[in-house]
Amino acid sequence: MQTESPKQTMIVATCLCLVCSVLVSTAAVVLRPAQQIQKTLDIQKNILKVAGLYDETRKVDTQFKVVEPVLIELAGKRPRITDPAEEGIDLKTYDPKKAAKKEHDSVEVNPPGALPQIARREIYTIAYEVRKEDGSLDQVILPIYGKGLWSTLYGFIAVDADGQTIRGITFYQHGETPGLGGEVDNPAWKSVWPGKSAFAASDIKTASFDHLPTPTIQVAKGEVTADTPQAEFKVDGLSGATITSNGVTAFVRYWLGPDAFGSYLHQIRSEQAESTPTSSAAEGETNG
Amino acid sequence: MAEPKTKDVLLDPIIKNNPIALQILGICSALAVTTKLETAIAMSVAVTLVTGLSGASVSLIRNYIPNSIRIIVQMTIIAMLVILVDQFLKAYFYGISKQMSVFVGLIITNCIVMGRAEAFAMKNTPSMSFFDGVGNGLGYSFILIVVAIFRELLGKGELLGHKILGPEGLVAEGYVSNGLMLLPPSAFFLIGLIIWAIRTFNKDQVNAS
Repeated sequence: MQTESPKQTMIVATCLCLVCSVLVSTAAVVLRPAQQIQKTLDIQKNILKVAGLYDETRKVDTQFKVVEPVLIELAGKRPRITDPAEEGIDLKTYDPKKAAKKEHDSVEVNPPGALPQIARREIYTIAYEVRKEDGSLDQVILPIYGKGLWSTLYGFIAVDADGQTIRGITFYQHGETPGLGGEVDNPAWKSVWPGKSAFAASDIKTASFDHLPTPTIQVAKGEVTADTPQAEFKVDGLSGATITSNGVTAFVRYWLGPDAFGSYLHQIRSEQAESTPTSSAAEGETNG
Repeated sequence: MAEPKTKDVLLDPIIKNNPIALQILGICSALAVTTKLETAIAMSVAVTLVTGLSGASVSLIRNYIPNSIRIIVQMTIIAMLVILVDQFLKAYFYGISKQMSVFVGLIITNCIVMGRAEAFAMKNTPSMSFFDGVGNGLGYSFILIVVAIFRELLGKGELLGHKILGPEGLVAEGYVSNGLMLLPPSAFFLIGLIIWAIRTFNKDQVNAS
C-alpha cells in the first residue's frame, strides 16, 4: 500500500507534528493572560491564608485590599522603600523571582551557602503589611523560598508586629514527595508554627542595624512538646523528610536573618517601640 | 464485523463493557483523583473529552497513517489534546488543576484513551469513533464519580464541599470521618465492590474459571 513507503511516513509525521505544535502553541499563547491572573489570585489567596484573614465566601481580590504591598530592600539600612518609583520599580509589575535571575538586579547570598544551593538573591522584594483598624501594624507577610529535597519551595511567613513572633507559614509551590516532604502542606503541621518565636529575646534586646540577630527558629527532629528545651523556637520535624525539614530551617533562618528581612524586622521593632503615628502615615502613601 | 450502532457504541461501555470494571484499564488515576467529588468530575470531563476527540481525529486520518508509526501518531494526537485540556484548566479552573496536579498530564498514559484509538478508531468512521470515545469516557466517569461520592461522603462527611453528614447536615448526632476512605486503598476496595455488583447482575462478565 502507498501509505507504507518511507516518503509517505515522513510526510505524515511532519504534517502531524506541524499541526499539533501550532495548536499547542496557539493555546499556550492565547491562554497565558488568563493563567497569569489565576496565578496571581492564588498567591494572594495564600497571603490571606497565612495572615489568617482568608474567607472562602468572599472574592479574593476584594479581601486582598486590606493587605498592602511594600517594596523592601533586603539587608538595607532603610529597608522599607517609601517611593519605589525612585528605584525605577513599579510595584504592580515587579517580579522578585525574575530579578533574582538577573545579574544587575541580584546580589550574592551572604555568607555564601546561607541559603543552601542558591547563589544569588534579589536586591528588592515585596513584603505585605496588614494593619489593624486603628492603623497600627498588625503583622507583616514575607516571601520565602529555598531548597528542600527535590525542589525549590516557595511560600510566605507571617510575622507579628513585634518583629519576632511567627503568625503562620504556607507554601504555594513545591515539588516535594507527597506524604513525606509534601507534608509541608499539611494544615496540622502548619498550625504548629503560630506563636513560635523566631529570635531569642536576649538577641532582640541588643539588636541594632549593624548587629542584627540571627534567627533561632528551627524545624526540630521529631515531635516538640512543652517540655522540650527551648520549645518556643522549635517546630515539629516532618517524619521521613529530614532533608526537607533541614531545608525549611535553613531558608526560614536565612530569610529572617541579617542578609534578608532582618533589617526590615528591626525597623518594625523600632517603630513599634517609638510607635509614632508619623511613620505609619508616611508609609501609607506607598499604597499600591 | 457488523456495523456498530451509535446507541450501543455510546452506552455499552457504561455498564456492559465498562473500561475500568471489565477491561480493568485506567485504574491508577481512579485512585488518585477520587478523594473529592469535584476533582473526580473535572477528571471525568477531561478524560471524556480526550477520548472522544482523540478517537475522532485518529479515525479521520486513519487511512493515511502508516502502519509502522501508528502508535506514535496516536500518542502525539492524544498528548496534544491533553496539553490543551491542561492549559485550559490552568487558565479557568486553577484550584482544581492544582489539586489534580500531574494526573491531568497522565491522561496521556491512560490506557483507555490509547486502547480505544488503537482498537476502535483505526477501523471505524470518525463520528462512530467519537461516540465510542465519549462512551468509554462516560464509563470511566461513572466509576470515578461513584467512587468519589463514597470516598468524600464517608471520608469527610461532605459532598462537593458541603457538609452532608454531621450536625450541620443530615445527621444531628455528628459523624466521625473514616480516614481510610481518603487513602488510595479504599478506592481499590470500592472498585472491587462495584465490579462484584456489576458481575452479580451481569453473569456473562464473570471470568470462566
